[in-house]
Amino acid sequence: MSQAQTVERGERPFPPEAPAIVLDHVNKWYGTMHVLRDVSMTVAQKERVVVCGPSGSGKSTMIRCINRLETHQEGRIVVDGTELTDDLRALDTIRRDVGMVFQSFNLFPHLTILENCTLAPIWVRKMPKAEAEELGMSYLRRVRIPEQANKYPGQLSGGQQQRVAIARALCMKPKIMLFDEPTSALDPEMIKEVLDTMIELAESGMTMVCVTHEMGFARRVADRVVFMDRGEIVESGTPERMFEHPETDRLKGFLSQILRGH
Amino acid sequence: MSGTAQIDPVPATTGATAAPVIEQRRPAAPTGGPWAWARLNLFGSWWSTAVTLGLGALIVLWGVRFVEWAFVHAVWSVPYNASGQPQTAACQEARGVGACWAIIADKYRLILFGRYPYEEQWRPAICIVLFIGLYVVSAIRRFWRRELFLIWLVTLAVIGVLMWGGVLGLTFVPQDSWGGLPITLILATFGLAFSFPLSILVALGRRSTKLPAVKLLCVLYVELIRGVPLISLLFMASVMFPLFMPDGVNIDKLLRAQIAFILFAAAYLAEVVRGGLQALPKGQYEAADALGLTYWQKTGKIVLPQALRLVIPPLVNTFIGFFKDTSLVLIIGIFDLLTSGKVALSEPVWQAFSTEIYVALAVIYFAFCFAMSKYSRGLERELGRATRR
Repeated sequence: MSQAQTVERGERPFPPEAPAIVLDHVNKWYGTMHVLRDVSMTVAQKERVVVCGPSGSGKSTMIRCINRLETHQEGRIVVDGTELTDDLRALDTIRRDVGMVFQSFNLFPHLTILENCTLAPIWVRKMPKAEAEELGMSYLRRVRIPEQANKYPGQLSGGQQQRVAIARALCMKPKIMLFDEPTSALDPEMIKEVLDTMIELAESGMTMVCVTHEMGFARRVADRVVFMDRGEIVESGTPERMFEHPETDRLKGFLSQILRGH
Repeated sequence: MSGTAQIDPVPATTGATAAPVIEQRRPAAPTGGPWAWARLNLFGSWWSTAVTLGLGALIVLWGVRFVEWAFVHAVWSVPYNASGQPQTAACQEARGVGACWAIIADKYRLILFGRYPYEEQWRPAICIVLFIGLYVVSAIRRFWRRELFLIWLVTLAVIGVLMWGGVLGLTFVPQDSWGGLPITLILATFGLAFSFPLSILVALGRRSTKLPAVKLLCVLYVELIRGVPLISLLFMASVMFPLFMPDGVNIDKLLRAQIAFILFAAAYLAEVVRGGLQALPKGQYEAADALGLTYWQKTGKIVLPQALRLVIPPLVNTFIGFFKDTSLVLIIGIFDLLTSGKVALSEPVWQAFSTEIYVALAVIYFAFCFAMSKYSRGLERELGRATRR
């Protein structure tokens, strides 16, 4: 089966390049629990995909499989033309090109904000220190916290920490960004500053896969929304179609719960 | 003082321009002084007063008796007869009432340097100074860079040359003539300098998920070594090990004890380090992985700096324990500080004054251990400062 045939398309015209991410009948189990069931999905270059679903639906597991923080047991995952296998060289290439932002920020608390940003460019990309620092500062300016560069993560608010985490990932100049519930651990007044940063990033043409419950964000930037439940992809489509005309009862139920919560 | 309306009811706002509704003020100054504190804590009730008075009386009584024994009635020196024999009559007379520090004055060189040739004892003396200098330099964070490794190599080489001699016009002194404090410092310094890195490797190996053979090896190592007393390892090193060596191959006894000591300490330290590795949140490993850091970059830059900082208290605890455990080499006849103290007591005229010797030895051990403990607390504070909220 060629990759082009597995591509299920959204509404945008399909660019000629190879897709950024292909998940092809991916299955995963924790022990005997079947957490990913035949998940197939293709993300095109520069496409912004929002993954939503109730907790325990496997959306975080799926996104973590894309840079192999979790391993899948069946099926194929191809990222930027490289298939994820046990081959460590391939994994290094993929991780270099895929940035990830976590729910709990996971900044390195013993390093300053700037050091958090320059660590990987210096050690993984072998960039000279001065150049890495310049790069780090430019991304810190982009997420609007250059003045915090010499502080430690513990001295920053949650929203600031998450913006640093985004800058840290961007410093590796990734082709794809993965967001695993980036605003779920934040106080309400800090969610906006992080979402604004993400919107800006989306508008710059970054390929993004976001696990999030922020429906406003999905409506604004997503090319496609994917709804997962109990380990499988139930429904996917444009945000307008998904939110206004959900087809399945599971999505309808989920949406009504989400909306009631807001 | 009115207790009303002092609680800030307005949630803190992030905007710098929003003026607080209630002016900020300082907390009430603590009342009283040491006297008020004592009244509250020491004389709060008749029972507490009684305990305070009783314990206070005991402390004063013992304190006075100790000062009398150690200083007031102490004998600081004794006369020597024509053949150089110490005349200990004054000490015998003061027994039980005053300390006989004359034994320390008479024997300090034996205690500090053991049987090292008397005229050459300046060499181990310099070694002791070098060791202490090495500790001090290593303790200063400003010097924590690659060159420090070089300083260690050079200093240890100089110490080796001084102790052995045989070059640069120094007479050769075989290892079995060494003794006293240098032996203790050699065992402790080499022991911890080698066992600490080894323990990190073992701890990492034990947590390895990708190399089951390495993991098994590390588990076996820790469990086997930890399962036997240090003394039995020292016996094995000194008695059994030579039996398994081919004829003519003879590794010196101190080295064998040193290796046994390193292996033993590493097994304990490995478990301490593993505790630190486990305490680190999983997210730290994942963030490092997601950035594409290799295993050793992740370990060296992210995991160990945090994990080791977490375990400074138990690490230093183990260090202090092993510094004192070096004295167990007494059992296999290596002449460390404690052994030389015992040998000093073997002379008939001094035999009755073991308390003084042991007090002196305790002071030396205490000085080193207390310095370690004090330093580690300072280090914790200093390293904590950066990440404190």
